[in-house]
Amino acid sequence: MSVVDRQEWDVVVVGAGGAGLRAAIEARERGARTAVICKSLFGKAHTVMAEGGIAAAMANVNEHDNWQVHFRDTMRGGKFLNQWRMAELHAQEAPDRVWELETWGALFDRTKDGRISQRNFGGHEYPRLAHVGDRTGLELIRTLQQKIVSLQQEDMKETGDYESRLKVYQECTVTRILKTVSHSGSAAGSRVSGAFCYERESGRFFVLEAPSVVIATGGIGKSFKVTSNSWEYTGDGHALALLAGAPLLNMEFVQFHPTGMVWPPSVKGILVTESVRGDGGVLRNSDGKRFMFEYIPDVFKEKYAQSEEEGDRWYEDPDNNRRPPELLPRDEVARAINSEVKAGRGSPHGGVFLDVSTRMPAEVIRRRLPSMYHQFKELADVDITAESMEVGPTCHYVMGGIAVESDTAAARGVPGLFAAGEVAGGMHGSNRLGGNSLSDLLVFGRRAGLHAAEYAAGFAEDRPAVDDIQVDTAAAEALRPFSAEGPEPGEENGRPPENPYTLHQELQQTMNDLVGIIRRGGEMEQALEKLADLRVRARRAGVEGHRQFNPGWHLALDLRNMLLVSECVARAALERTESRGGHTREDHPTMDRAWRRINLLCRLTDPTGGLAATDPVAGQIDLARETTEPIRSDLLALFEKEELVKYLAEEELYE
Amino acid sequence: MSSYEARFKVWRGDAEGGGLEDFKVEVNEGEVVLDIIHRLQATQAPDLAVRWNCKAGKCGSCSAEINGRPRLMCMTRMSVFTPEETITVTPLRAFPVVRDLVTDVGFNYTKAREVPSFVPPADLGPGEYRMQQEDVDRSQEFRKCIECFLCQDTCHVVRDHEENKPAFAGPRFLMRVAELDMHPLDAAADSGLDRKRAAQDEHGLGYCNITKCCTEVCPEGIKITDNALIPLKERAVDRKYDPLVWLGSKIRRRET
Amino acid sequence: MATGTEPHLNSGGVRSASRAAITAPHLRTDRWWLAPAATAAGLLAFVVYSTWRAFADTNYYAAPYVSPFYSPCLAERCETMHAGPNADVFGSWWAISPAIIILIFPLGFRLTCYYYRKAYYRGFWASPPACAVPEPHKKYTGETRFPLILQNIHRYFFYAAIIVAGILTYDTVLAFRDEHYNWGHMGLGTVVFLVNIVLIWSYTISCHSCRHIVGGKLKHFSKHPVRYRMWQWVGKLNARHMLLAWTSLVSVALADFYVYLVASGAFADPRFF
Repeated sequence: MSVVDRQEWDVVVVGAGGAGLRAAIEARERGARTAVICKSLFGKAHTVMAEGGIAAAMANVNEHDNWQVHFRDTMRGGKFLNQWRMAELHAQEAPDRVWELETWGALFDRTKDGRISQRNFGGHEYPRLAHVGDRTGLELIRTLQQKIVSLQQEDMKETGDYESRLKVYQECTVTRILKTVSHSGSAAGSRVSGAFCYERESGRFFVLEAPSVVIATGGIGKSFKVTSNSWEYTGDGHALALLAGAPLLNMEFVQFHPTGMVWPPSVKGILVTESVRGDGGVLRNSDGKRFMFEYIPDVFKEKYAQSEEEGDRWYEDPDNNRRPPELLPRDEVARAINSEVKAGRGSPHGGVFLDVSTRMPAEVIRRRLPSMYHQFKELADVDITAESMEVGPTCHYVMGGIAVESDTAAARGVPGLFAAGEVAGGMHGSNRLGGNSLSDLLVFGRRAGLHAAEYAAGFAEDRPAVDDIQVDTAAAEALRPFSAEGPEPGEENGRPPENPYTLHQELQQTMNDLVGIIRRGGEMEQALEKLADLRVRARRAGVEGHRQFNPGWHLALDLRNMLLVSECVARAALERTESRGGHTREDHPTMDRAWRRINLLCRLTDPTGGLAATDPVAGQIDLARETTEPIRSDLLALFEKEELVKYLAEEELYE
Repeated sequence: MSSYEARFKVWRGDAEGGGLEDFKVEVNEGEVVLDIIHRLQATQAPDLAVRWNCKAGKCGSCSAEINGRPRLMCMTRMSVFTPEETITVTPLRAFPVVRDLVTDVGFNYTKAREVPSFVPPADLGPGEYRMQQEDVDRSQEFRKCIECFLCQDTCHVVRDHEENKPAFAGPRFLMRVAELDMHPLDAAADSGLDRKRAAQDEHGLGYCNITKCCTEVCPEGIKITDNALIPLKERAVDRKYDPLVWLGSKIRRRET
Repeated sequence: MATGTEPHLNSGGVRSASRAAITAPHLRTDRWWLAPAATAAGLLAFVVYSTWRAFADTNYYAAPYVSPFYSPCLAERCETMHAGPNADVFGSWWAISPAIIILIFPLGFRLTCYYYRKAYYRGFWASPPACAVPEPHKKYTGETRFPLILQNIHRYFFYAAIIVAGILTYDTVLAFRDEHYNWGHMGLGTVVFLVNIVLIWSYTISCHSCRHIVGGKLKHFSKHPVRYRMWQWVGKLNARHMLLAWTSLVSVALADFYVYLVASGAFADPRFF
């Protein structure tokens, strides 16, 4: 039936958030004909939700800042599990990526001398976040969107067609990465040949043929019940890479942002930006106590204020005082809030209080935190200039992701596949610092686009061919939910179809309760059983209606991805018997230096199979341990020996 | 306040036709209209088509018309209605319908392409830009736009007159012209582009009769009319309808 | 169900064939008609009153007060106002009310004002009557053609309005005389004139054209700190342009009516000192 429409491109970018758009701009500027494909409308990507800013050591506000300091902060934040080369590139290139945005029309908030203003943020030693009020993500996405439009205008002038070299396929979904078939028939040596897609509006299938595919699909938050992520975050890119044979790295590290809204129920999880704390907001429990002073871990003791007075002085005089513990890395703050609530000192709706009203005059709050003011006013009927916000942890970001080469953003083991942004793993180690995600998008988005274009340029006439059988299989897989009602061969005979919305809710509840912010071995085993059950039931997920803009169908297809990714998270979390960054084990509460060098890689158990014959107990995922390369000595030299002792194993120190 | 059962009328159909369908659905404390639409999807109408993303008023995807008024579904709290009220939800009525609450907003993307982009100053490299906060304030206000296209939907110039669509960019994209014209470092003039004149000649600024519906519906509270459209009209007057300014510019050009 | 399944009328608006099939021209449930109706009623009342007074040609001067409708008075037929705003510019051939000569300027200023345009486009022309309520017109070209393209000359009326406001300020100063032209007196009329002139100035200065001229046209506020301050100040007033438009409209009519009452002998101006 391979009659689906096919179009030929050099580079296909999956995802139109910060990383995807930056990759597309780079690929197009390097001469590659580039297609961007995204699930939502162009310009609606989840990047718009980023509030705080873009971390880049431009030293506009504090002249002592430089890339080495930024690198150090990033490694500390990630508890030294980061792919150090990525952290290095990121810290070095971030300022250029921000400045370049200005030449595309971005308007950041300014310093008195007219440069880009930078603000304080958790884990960053100096004010480092370029920002626009608390809507930096919107500025970023709009700037990139407008840059794409300007490239299209250039193409229009030259070729008479806006979309001759750069096209955005909006409201389309990729369900499979297509690969060449090697002569031996094995997966080894096969390359990317394109992507199988459908148009959400019409349900029509089509194939984009391309030697390079950049995955930039963002995160996995929609597998959790309380999350700051939008519906798009169903782990599509993670699953596409797995299915294409690429491994995922360190999927156990999921960041729970300490401050999400907790009330009303319908907005539970929506983010309250860290800038609230960066600009002076404080956390209090129901006794009115600033409890964060109790929760400063040993590794950070020297870096944070020991008294409220010192913490308050820091806002005015950061050189002679230490920062308040409200600005500890996110994992620490999230755990602290969790403990306070558990100890019965929480707010009425199960969070803690975040207060700016007693810290700043009302008009300053409205000027510096306009969208927070607006968000609480509109959604919770709370005036943050007069009363405290109630906040609690919310699933925010996945540090794990597709294992990539640090310099090229190429996915390991699949030639032609690249990944950038949240979907790529390693850069942030076990915990991401606020502000580092937007700079990550730009730095590695650009690198992915660059190397994808270069790789594609290496093919002249002998482009990787699309395999018709794979196209047919992908089409059949995508249509499966419509036939779920009919009797199936084997054990599923005659059972009624499952409602995809119900399955999704059960999955979210499972991940939230059993693989959430505080984890226990037994619960995660339970989670794996539940996931196996959901997997079997998901094969019977059925939908009503037809293929035209049918959200039930779209969700049924996304379930495959969420289940794959959730299994990766649960398996990796069960395996890692320590607590580090975004992974907290109640049964293994301390950080173990021996684990620092260990990465966990998830691969598909049966990469050739169509996920049909999965064993409910063994699951679909194989887990492997891998020891990382030692950190380069000149980078290690940036740290004091006393600090390294806390993180690095003995043998690493002596090398 | 506990939960109650609300009556909804939701438009269902596609380009071929359709109509308002009645639903009875549970409403809980603190919910917004989008929550109710999601509950309909999960319990009564799994294929009800609707766009949404962030559910926090930041992405501008869930635009619809609620009781006849263009609004974001995620920012319309159920508490603004009485429990007895029947709430009508329809797709945006200025754009072609695709299915149910989803419309074809391609008009806006077409118009976005017609506005010439920011022109970087030739003599400044990345990192050399210096701008004062007071010089970027105005354009920053317009850059708060989340492109929900409610202003484009409510503007009678195209809502009531399909035939004006080719000639009129709509409030959102006239505001984009204003944003660029007020950008302190935009070098369009050096490249021979006069944005003030183009606003009138290319983007249909003259169609705007400043009746302010765009400002009324803007979920970001941007003063589109007072801060973007009227100043742009005044700038167009400078170029096209003001003999004094015209004469002044002639003389000055001769001097320099 | 299905209240809208019948074929569309291709009217070019919300009932175009491509748009969602909904028969009702709009679905607003609030009292959307109230604002345009009130606007229309208010404006109409002023038009009726001012037409009567402008053509009346009597009872517009009661020393020391001159009706703002008749100031400056520029024809031979004007009543004599000692040191007042009258000058025989037009001579004796001007046979009708001298108010007509001067009223053209404030009228033009208000007619082309960005707020009043909204008010009468909505209230009188129903273009549109309210947001998301369809307008009844088949065609719409906005302010792209004659005569509405003339709205672009608003700033010239603004310049004229400054002069008129200056003259009305002079009249207000003269209101500190008594009926025998002696200085240092004040009556209720003086208060009415004072309130009126403050509102007239506020309305005039808060004009969008004024905001543009004082600073809005600049690209770099940072290079013009004084004009930036002025722009901010005018901007604050400009945010209340609608309020000032209405209050100054009422106050100018009241000032005129007060003069009418005193001049016609219906009311004696109470004196404070």
